[in-house]
Amino acid sequence: MKVRTSHRKAAAGAIFKNMNFYDIIIIGAGSVGTPLAMFLAEKKKKVLIIDSLPSAGQGQNKAAIGGIRATHSDGSKIKIGLESIEIFSNWKKKTGIDIGWMKNGYCFPIYGEHDEMMLKEMLKVQQSHGLNIRWINKKEIVKLAPGINEKDLRGGTYSPDDGSASPLLALNVFYEYALKSGAIFKFNEKVISILKGKNIVKGVLTDKEKYFAPIVVNAAGAYAREISKTVDIDIPVMPDCHEAGITEPVLTGIKPMIVDIMPGLKSKNYYFYSNSENQIIFCLTPSPAIWGDDRDSTSQFLPEISQRMIQLIPKLANIKVRRVWRGLYPMTPDGFPIVDFSKRLKGYVLAAGMCGQGFMLGPGLGKVLSNIIAGDKPKENRARIKGFELNRKFEGQEKLK
Amino acid sequence: MLIFNQNLPMNRIKSHMILPVKTGKKIKFTFDGKSLSAYDGEIISSALFANGIKIFSYHHKDKSPQGIFCANGQCSQCTVMVDGLAVKACVNKIKAGMRVETLKGLPEISELEEEGKFGEIEEIETDVLIIGGGPSGLSAAAELGKLNISTLIVDDKHKLGGKLVLQTHKFFGSVEDCFAGTRGIDIADKLEEQVRAYPAVNIWLNCECVGVFSDQKVGALYNGKYFLIKPKALIVAAGAREKSLPFSGNTLPGVYGAGAFQTLVNRDLIKPSKKLFILGAGNVGLIAAYHALQAGIEVVGIAEAMKDAGGYKVHLDKIKRLGVPVYTSHTVLAAKGKKKLESIVLSRVDKNFKPIAGSEKTFESDTLLVAVGLNSVNEFYKQAEKARMKVFICGDAQEIAEASAAMFSGKIAAHKVLKSLGIMREDVPKFWSEKLNILKSKPGKIYPNKKNTKKNSVYPIIRCAQEIPCNPCVTVCPKKSIKLSGPSIMKNPEFDGECVGCLKCLLVCPGLAITIVDRRKDKNNPFVYIPFEIERDKIKAGDKVSIADTDGKFLQSAEVIHVKDFSAENTLVIGVKVAAGIADLAASLKLYDAQAPQNALGIKDGIEDSAIVCRCEKVTAGDIKKVLRAGVRDMNRLKAVTRAGMGSCGGKTCSSIIMAIIRSEGINPEEITDFTQRPLFVEVPFGSLCNYESADKPSESGGWSDF
Repeated sequence: MKVRTSHRKAAAGAIFKNMNFYDIIIIGAGSVGTPLAMFLAEKKKKVLIIDSLPSAGQGQNKAAIGGIRATHSDGSKIKIGLESIEIFSNWKKKTGIDIGWMKNGYCFPIYGEHDEMMLKEMLKVQQSHGLNIRWINKKEIVKLAPGINEKDLRGGTYSPDDGSASPLLALNVFYEYALKSGAIFKFNEKVISILKGKNIVKGVLTDKEKYFAPIVVNAAGAYAREISKTVDIDIPVMPDCHEAGITEPVLTGIKPMIVDIMPGLKSKNYYFYSNSENQIIFCLTPSPAIWGDDRDSTSQFLPEISQRMIQLIPKLANIKVRRVWRGLYPMTPDGFPIVDFSKRLKGYVLAAGMCGQGFMLGPGLGKVLSNIIAGDKPKENRARIKGFELNRKFEGQEKLK
Repeated sequence: MLIFNQNLPMNRIKSHMILPVKTGKKIKFTFDGKSLSAYDGEIISSALFANGIKIFSYHHKDKSPQGIFCANGQCSQCTVMVDGLAVKACVNKIKAGMRVETLKGLPEISELEEEGKFGEIEEIETDVLIIGGGPSGLSAAAELGKLNISTLIVDDKHKLGGKLVLQTHKFFGSVEDCFAGTRGIDIADKLEEQVRAYPAVNIWLNCECVGVFSDQKVGALYNGKYFLIKPKALIVAAGAREKSLPFSGNTLPGVYGAGAFQTLVNRDLIKPSKKLFILGAGNVGLIAAYHALQAGIEVVGIAEAMKDAGGYKVHLDKIKRLGVPVYTSHTVLAAKGKKKLESIVLSRVDKNFKPIAGSEKTFESDTLLVAVGLNSVNEFYKQAEKARMKVFICGDAQEIAEASAAMFSGKIAAHKVLKSLGIMREDVPKFWSEKLNILKSKPGKIYPNKKNTKKNSVYPIIRCAQEIPCNPCVTVCPKKSIKLSGPSIMKNPEFDGECVGCLKCLLVCPGLAITIVDRRKDKNNPFVYIPFEIERDKIKAGDKVSIADTDGKFLQSAEVIHVKDFSAENTLVIGVKVAAGIADLAASLKLYDAQAPQNALGIKDGIEDSAIVCRCEKVTAGDIKKVLRAGVRDMNRLKAVTRAGMGSCGGKTCSSIIMAIIRSEGINPEEITDFTQRPLFVEVPFGSLCNYESADKPSESGGWSDF
């Protein structure tokens, strides 16, 4: 799709004493909306980004712990993941700005026979997509995570090309680059509804203004469903709560992101790594899931994750926890994002339901979406997000949520 | 003239006018391989200070030396390695054979000797939980205890009383409401006694609250165990923390807060300084100066940016007349020293508080106390509000004021709790709030004290010219000859009538603002009785002492006729013989002459930008200004970009400094989005959060010196 009308419309708007005409409006200056705005602005599009919070990345972005991987279980996510890694890993080289990128890899240590089988099965899919991932033995795991509990440890998967970066720093540079390229951000402004004509998007109405554009991108994260309802397009996105925390900086010798997929008493998996500041940053998936959008920590979280982390690596017992928080995973029924161009409402773009992976998918997705919007190899790029269509059955299950 | 004896062992206080000097079992420990001695159970930081060690670590970001800062377990500046583990020196106790080492960079975590066991986390239910056992929390507890309401009061110190336990001076206020004329440490005991009389009140000392969670539970570490407390109502009486200031060299070891100083000196009887300088002449700074003098430490000076001292005039006069110079309209431009503080640079400021170039002067000093005001510790309150708990706040946590006001506000908070629980129907009595407002009053106008026109041959001279809420002198006079000049307790006291020279007013006055002139024996060389509580054995009959007027101006050298030791009051009354003409002027003994400043050289322009704002992450004032000037107004984004506030203290120190920079940049504070507050309140090891018991657990902390 090509946007040809933009400049003319903007000029026409000026005559009507209304400068609120844009090529693209993005709802949400978060993990997805901000890099998308950057890529679009770099393509000389007139972009407006609206967010209800006081600055960029104040929704779930800052709750992300920073893991970035391409080792998913499905083609589209793997492709977008690889695209993202490309952007994160080359950022410093290209701009000289450090966003805390580390190629520290992901490691899933495995203690159960069933889990071993499941992961080994998945390795085949992942390897067939060209991912650098393999099964490593106990000894290699101990080397990557010194101090790990060796009893019943069967080995695990290791994907050395995955990594991590600081969500705070990364989002901030995407924001600054978007600004530099001319993107316009409106903060502390809440989108009330998306404006539409018969079958076409017209813009958005906020609590302060009306803005017009032929393309409106819904990148509202946990609140994407609410906003989509204003144009009668229901998207199955429901936020659930995950809790996270960070420790003091210490030297542990632990290199990769460690993902423990064994279920705990009150939780499913949890994961942690030592970030570029040498702080252990950790996150837990509660079980049963806690639906809703409460951002405040419960008293359950710390005892649960502390016990699990110490069981896995006993020496962590002496590391001090500094701060905890809670973030929302905008979940879809099958654990895959919904990224699509609406057929019913022309110009309405969904970039939602990231299922807690907005930070790691955001830049790759932004690049691909911006290419499609700008008419740059649209077919090829559309094919890359095929798995994220709204019109799917939501029957499958992402195995590595 | 009295001279501080420089040859005495300087690191421990050998005798103290007010505080009993504690000793204990001597033990040996090592620091960086060197064998040293300490008292068993003493706090590690005090043991190190006693041995003259002030550098505890080198920061991992810029390798700069670090010493003590909060002395309160809140920051991590004092972290040292103890037997291979990184621990906060200010809350952990020393034990025989301990291997203490300087922490260089980041600590390395070593593997456990053996695996431990996980314990259950007990959940405690109570009607009321009070966080903080200071004056307001204790008063609240007493009110609740009286009605047999199940109450748990927790405090992170080893003793109840909050900051009262560090206050050796007598308190203002009224005798009937808040123990005016009694020393802080003694008020703490009285309040504790009250509370302990009620069986419904449970007391947990050495208990650190770590956060209020969304499921309405309060996480707390008590005796090394983690508990979750679920109260029906919560009272936050967590007190205050000190503000800080950015100036060049502000993180050098030797630069810290007045609270930390009082802890070292008045709790642990450590003499951390030989030459002390204080920034800020509010009550905290003035009192710290007085405490220093009581500990035998020379106070080189006090600087205050305002054109007048902000504290009570009686506090100010008390130290001025002992010889401490007070530099108003001055600020500290820089703290200098190679590895620790050696000197400070002072500068005069204009009416906008900007330093005036060319007015710089330098003083030798090994310790600089930053005493520039207090901020409420209200995080628990905000968290509990978000969790929709029944929560009430009192004392300094609510509003910074004197302890007398805190006691009253605690009472009021307790009443509100009773109402919220449906136990009491009436509103808080109106006169309580009125009284609270009076006790909260800032010092008022200054009126010259009325001269005594009657020709008494013995009479008091009252140097209490400023309106403050205080009246013990009125209460104690047996002849009822001292009256306030009006109906309010704020009014100044006046003497009118008969005086028998009983010395009661002199002894009770918290400001030490009353002397008694006695002309009965010798009309031409009258006796003047002067209260003195600096050092007990220094002055004897027959000594020659310097006599100063109320501003510290030297009047004459005089002979001490007798020294009366009122040991119950811990006050000496020194009788001196002076010339008839100066008897009414003689206000105090003068201890020493002020150190003359030297000219400061090599002060660079823009020096203030090198000041550290966030000491945990080493973010400078220049970094903050840059971000503000780029338009950032959301503190959370400022934090994301600069890391200010991400450190171990959780933004407790830098937030107020950043606000000060925001104001100085001319930014409207209303544009600012504040930091998001989240648990934890202090850093807690993973192991403690799941009651993991292993042999490698750090030595028991939460503790305070109780050797």
